[in-house]
Order: sequence, then structure tokens, then C-alpha cells
Amino acid sequence: MPTTSISPAATPLLTCVLRRADDALILGHRLSEWCGHAPMLEEDIALANIALDCVGQARSLYDYAAVVDGGGLTEDDFAYRREAGAFRNCLLVEQPNGDFAATIVRQVLFSAFIDPYFRALAASADATLAAVAAKAEKETAYHLRHSAEWLIRLGDGTQESRARAQAALDELWPYTGELFEVDDAEAAVIAAGIAPDPRGLAAAYDATLEAVLGQATLTRPAGAWMQTGGRLGRHSEHLGFILADLQYLQRAHPGATW
Amino acid sequence: MYTQALNAKDAVVPVAGPEEAARAERFQARIDAEERIEPNDWMPEAYRRTLTRQISQHAHSEIVGMLPEGNWITRAPSLKRKAALLAKVQDEAGHGLYLYAAAETLGSSREELVDQLLAGRAKYSSIFNYPTLTWADIGAIGWLVDGAAIMNQIPLCRCSYGPYARAMIRVCKEESFHQRQGYEIMLTLCRGTPEQKAMAQDALDRWWWPCLMMFGPPDSESQHSDQSTRWKIKRFSNDELRQKFVDATVPQGRHLGLTFPDPDLAYDEAAGHWRFGAIDWEEFRQVLAGNGPCNRQRMTQRRDAHAAGAWVREAAMAHAEKRARRARAVPEAA
Repeated sequence: MPTTSISPAATPLLTCVLRRADDALILGHRLSEWCGHAPMLEEDIALANIALDCVGQARSLYDYAAVVDGGGLTEDDFAYRREAGAFRNCLLVEQPNGDFAATIVRQVLFSAFIDPYFRALAASADATLAAVAAKAEKETAYHLRHSAEWLIRLGDGTQESRARAQAALDELWPYTGELFEVDDAEAAVIAAGIAPDPRGLAAAYDATLEAVLGQATLTRPAGAWMQTGGRLGRHSEHLGFILADLQYLQRAHPGATW
Repeated sequence: MYTQALNAKDAVVPVAGPEEAARAERFQARIDAEERIEPNDWMPEAYRRTLTRQISQHAHSEIVGMLPEGNWITRAPSLKRKAALLAKVQDEAGHGLYLYAAAETLGSSREELVDQLLAGRAKYSSIFNYPTLTWADIGAIGWLVDGAAIMNQIPLCRCSYGPYARAMIRVCKEESFHQRQGYEIMLTLCRGTPEQKAMAQDALDRWWWPCLMMFGPPDSESQHSDQSTRWKIKRFSNDELRQKFVDATVPQGRHLGLTFPDPDLAYDEAAGHWRFGAIDWEEFRQVLAGNGPCNRQRMTQRRDAHAAGAWVREAAMAHAEKRARRARAVPEAA
């Protein structure tokens, strides 16, 4: 009877897969919180759609994590039976939805990174990751387009929407540095041709943001200080509450089938 | 998700003059010949009003219905269930959009219709004023609420008004998928631990009677069924549909090994029907009057979402105007 949390051995490949999977799951979870509360019906549908894509990506990646781990785990073991400290998502995706501007800015900042990342990962030496990334990239391209269009509307909309968008951008900007971090685990999978080097995507990221922020008449924050910790399991206070929700039933009924 | 006979009275519009009477006669002849009425066709004002009310109530029900189910998206117990529930609630939003569009073909804008809902002037299905307390409620809603909705909506696929009938064909396909999904959740719970099975039983206990009320008041009290039947908006009476639902659902519940919360439920061999006990119509009236367990909560959530989104909708309009202005300015400058 699985009553406790799992702690799979942290090989570089598993670490790398879980970082991508956890990003997708936590962002999908956040977006799903909007369902039924969006500013308009069309956006209820769009945000649910992006959330569904994210959960789908997480499931494919957790499936592969189970294969890499080789210990007979399932996708749900990774999602429902790890403590917050074992999650490897970046801090950006766990930030609260805030107002619609914060959700959109978070999405642009993440999608502008993950879309080119998946595009590069589609050429991975690892056939499974390449296949997952090729499928995911079609989805993230849409996520970027959709959120960037909204950011332009908000930035170049009313005075209020512009102020809200700029405030969200200022608030979330310090979480973008983590997207480009490379530690020993990442370096190992990069060297093996399994994953792209995120540092190589930084210029494209800057260019995307410059174009979008330009049209949105928003100012890229000047601060250079970047938050860090998520990739090593040191999270913000928010993740504990996300997991309290997400894992509640599995924790309350250990070993049950749903 | 759902349409319901809510028993509101229409003011009777007197037919004016022989020309109008002849038109109404030709209209009824088309209906009798099973022709579809389309948006640009002439139709009696009362027909337009009845349909606008019914379709918009149906749309509102889809939108309000997102709330009780959305309540469990973040707590769904597996990734598969989470994805399925998200997709389901997204479908409800899609049905809402589709139905508002069908209502718009009758001349009322979505904004007007939504304003009526938020102002408390429009109704939505009584069922969504009940809370989702456990995960089993998500199974019960799929199995019972969507099951009841399908009973009501399948005849609407042959409704005389074309856009509504066509919308229902698509909606029914998705609802039957939801219904199977809900039943499968119940089946999994009933085959699970004793706690899970108790959860399933508790959900059936709480949802059964409100689901029977979804078909609306008994035929003896239904006030606008006759006209709706003549116009072929309604093809079966509330009681007929309710009986069909009970007959289809009771064997399913027995297959799950669950007990229906009705000591009078018994099979009538001669008639081939499951006979059920008396429905507490006072509860139904109270829920319609705004006194259900969640009426206030649901409306507050809808109003809050609408109010919190106002600045976003304004921004989108302002941006669209700016773009249009710029587009006009370019040729002038050239």
C-alpha cells in the first residue's frame, strides 16, 4: 500500500524530464483555476485549452520519467506522491494567477521560452523526448501567440489595462532568469545531445519579448536581480498550497484507484 | 448542460387583424409539416420570446453549471481525471457559447442575455444550486445530471427552430460522452474501497431527487407545455421525460450496487416502468425562488467574474478601436 511519498533517484535525465513535466503540470494547474471565472466566455475556453495542453504535456513527460526511473512508478505517482521539495518546476509557473494581466504576462514569459525550447528538443538524441517535444511545440506556439496577442491588447488598450500589465511584468520579471539556468544535471543532458542549452535560446527570447513588449507599449524591467531555487526544489510559499489541493484525495485515500 | 421547464408564464399576445391571423396559420402549417423555422422566417412574437427564453436559460445553465464541476478540477484525483474534467467543463463553456449564438439569431445579444442572468431576471437549471461536496459528485453529475439533460435534449434535436435543433445535435453528442464518463467514475468508486463506495452512495442520495426535479413541474401544473407542444419546441411532457429517465437510470444504479433514496421505488411489471415516490415540489419551488443551498454563491461567482473582467473587455475594445483608427489613418497618409 503506497502510503508515503516517493523520492526517485535523481539521474540527470530524470531530473531534466521532471523539470519540464513539473513546469507543465503546475502551470496547467494554475490555468485550470480560471475555469468558470474568466473575463469572457471565449477566454474560459482558451485558458482551459492551454491548461489541458499543459496537463497533457505533463502526462507524457511523467510517463517517460517512469520509464527512465525504471521502478514501476506511474504518471500519478510523480504528480501526487512527491513533497513540494521534490518538485523541480521553475518559480514562475507557480506564481498566483493574480488579475488577468498577471496570468497573461506569466504565460508570455514562460511560452516565449518553452516554445523554442521544445522546438530544439524535437531534435533530441532521445527519441521519446524528441517525439513529446515535437507534439508539444505545436501547442506552445499557440500558447505564445494567444498570450502575446492579449498582452498587446492589454498594454495598448486602456490606461488601466496598461498599468496592470506593466505591474504584472515588473512583478514577474525576476522569475525569468531561472528559465536559462544550467546546473550539472542540465549540463550532462546537454553534453549528451539530449536537451538543448537554454542559454543558446536567450537571444531568441529577448527578441520575442522585445517585439511583443514594443507593440504592447510596455517597458522591459531594468532590474537584473533574478530569483532562483525552483529547479532544486526550493519553492515559493505558493507551491505547498497548490499541492495541498492537487494531492488531497490521493493523500487522504492512500492506494485507492480513481 | 441543460434546459429545464421553469414554468414561467408568458403574457398572451393578442393576434391582431386577419392578416396576422393568416400568417400565424401559415406558420403553424409549416410546423405541422415538420418544416424547420429559420432566423429570417416570419414567426409569431410569442414563439420568438418562448425560444429566446428557453435557449438563453439553457445557455445560462451551461455557464453556471461550470461552477459546481469546476470546483473539483484542481482536486481531481488523477491526471487522467483532471484532464477529462477540464475538457468536460470546457465543453460546457462551448455549449454556452453555441447556445448564446443560437439565441442571438432570434434578435437578443449575448450581452443583453448575460445581463439578464446577472441581474437575476433570467433563470438557469435548478440543479446547479446544489453543492459538489466530494469527488463522487463529479461522477454523479455526469451520470445523473447529464443523463437527465440528454433525455430532455434528444427530442430538442427535432425542435422546430433550426438553429436550436442543430445546436442540440452537437451538444447531445458531447453530453452522452460526459454521461458515460460520469458513470465510469461511479463504477470505479463502487469497485473501490469501502470509503469510495460510501462516497458514491452519498452522492446518489443527494443528487437523485434534485435530478428528478430537473424535468420541471408535473404535467398537471405545467403552464406553457401546450403551446410549446403545438410549436414542436417540446415533444414530450415533463412527466413522460422524467419516467423515461427513471426507467433508464434505475437499472444502471442497481448495476453499481447502489441504493436509490426512495423506499417507494418499485418495478411495475404490467406497465414496464419503475414507479417512484412523491417528489418534494416545495424544495423545487424554494430552489427556483433563490433559496437553494448555492443560489447566492453561484450568482455571486458569476457577478464577480463579470465585474473582475470588465477592465479586460474594455481594454480589448479600446485596442480594437485603436487598430481600426490606425488602419484608417494609413491610406489617408499615403
